Amino acid sequence: MSTLARTRSVALAVAWRGIHNSFTNPAILLPSVLFPLFFFVAFAGGLSAVQNTPDFGFPSGYSAFQFAFVCIQAAAFGGVFTGFGIAADFESGFARRLMLAAPNRSGIVIGYVISAMTRAIFVLSVVFIAALVSGMHVDGSLANMLSLIALALAVSATATLWAGGVAMRMRTMQAGPVMQMPIFILMFLAPVYVPLPLVAGWVHDVATVNPITAMLEAARGFISGEPTKVAITAACLAGMFALGVAWARGGLRAAARAG
Amino acid sequence: MSAAPATTASTLTQVGLLAGRAVTHVLRQPAQLVFPIAFPLVLLAVNASGLDAATQLRGFPSASYLDFALAIPFMQGALFAALNGGQDLARDIQNGFLDRLALTPMSGGALIAGQLGGALFMGIVSAVLYLVVGVVLGVGIASGVAGALVLLVLAITISFAFACFGTFVALRAGSGEAVQGFFPLFFVLLFLSSAFFPRDLIEHDWFRTVATYNPVSYMVEGIRSLVIAGWDGQALAQAFGISAIAIAFFLALSSHALRTRLVRT
Repeated sequence: MSTLARTRSVALAVAWRGIHNSFTNPAILLPSVLFPLFFFVAFAGGLSAVQNTPDFGFPSGYSAFQFAFVCIQAAAFGGVFTGFGIAADFESGFARRLMLAAPNRSGIVIGYVISAMTRAIFVLSVVFIAALVSGMHVDGSLANMLSLIALALAVSATATLWAGGVAMRMRTMQAGPVMQMPIFILMFLAPVYVPLPLVAGWVHDVATVNPITAMLEAARGFISGEPTKVAITAACLAGMFALGVAWARGGLRAAARAG
Repeated sequence: MSAAPATTASTLTQVGLLAGRAVTHVLRQPAQLVFPIAFPLVLLAVNASGLDAATQLRGFPSASYLDFALAIPFMQGALFAALNGGQDLARDIQNGFLDRLALTPMSGGALIAGQLGGALFMGIVSAVLYLVVGVVLGVGIASGVAGALVLLVLAITISFAFACFGTFVALRAGSGEAVQGFFPLFFVLLFLSSAFFPRDLIEHDWFRTVATYNPVSYMVEGIRSLVIAGWDGQALAQAFGISAIAIAFFLALSSHALRTRLVRT
């Protein structure tokens, strides 16, 4: 069996387990669906008057504006939830047995990433349907929407690598805040409620250099049918993904050393 | 040889002992103190910048979103205090401490009051800190120094009301996971209220209706009125009234849940 075949075999087995666990255990699936839905309802429903401020300038409406944020947020937090699952696997001892049995350990991480991306597709589908039902306008083409999904999946994969790296280093559920707080802070130090030019104070300065800002603006561009900052978003994601791979591989080595 | 006279501590002493234990417990776990205080401040800073443009809307009640949003950390601090207090009590139930206490002459009322001491302490510390941070950041309290004091009293009362709710959930369910499970509900209540936007400017009718029936809206508006409007008797009466009803209601439920739990064990 070649290295590639062994890696694929391990990845598919781990991915299948993760997907099966997610879709058969409501306690795992529901939070990842309900939280984005709730944020969409709370932000798009309660703050929509903000679109009436001068220079808001987003033609597809506030629901579409917030959907882009919820999309990226759901994808990122799906990765974090997968990290919780990896930590739980270490606490229960399953991950250690998995590492002993797997002929190629990189396949374990790839499997977790695949399961996170699958879950992200499901969650985004639910939120998208709910958004359409609530009257969201989508001005983007099919190609634009597929690009939005690709963007969200890339965010999901990168967040999974981050959270997985933390989980494999700390190997306890108590690592939860370490996984989610940096992502939470990065998400909210971006133009969440209004376009970047309307963000005031020091958050504007931080948001200007925050890579999540480019991702949000790209996502909003896809929904409104006016793609923007696609190249810089792709570059940011490629860089973050590469760092994530290195981080997760380091975590895998740390877990292997710990035995 | 004469036996030492049996003494039973007064209810006040019992409450003091348990409250002291709860406060010590909070102080010995920096994560329990720092996170619930720091997190609302971070969100305040982010929201104040992110939603400052909303103040340009016609009819927005303040010139600065920071002034408008200062009420939110008080509510979030109260939520965290309730969560932590509830979890501490749930842990006491799970590790058998409550059962051992039940073997002593301690009264049920003292037990609940003592357990609430930690949450109340958290409420006081966080309320004072939020007010100081707000003033340092330039928030003007429209009702003056006296209003600031009333604001602190109201914030602590609200914190106590949420702590009573957390205590009831802990006594009823008896597990930390169950208390954690109520955390999203707390946040739903906060986000579906007028905490982030004035009710009369909310565009969606259904959201405005939910916010109008949501008691958290009136708690937030009570605190906010002191900051941006001055003395608003109706807003204060509603905020204090709802908090007092919540305290009485959840204390009664907690007392009943405690009796049930002690009978069960």
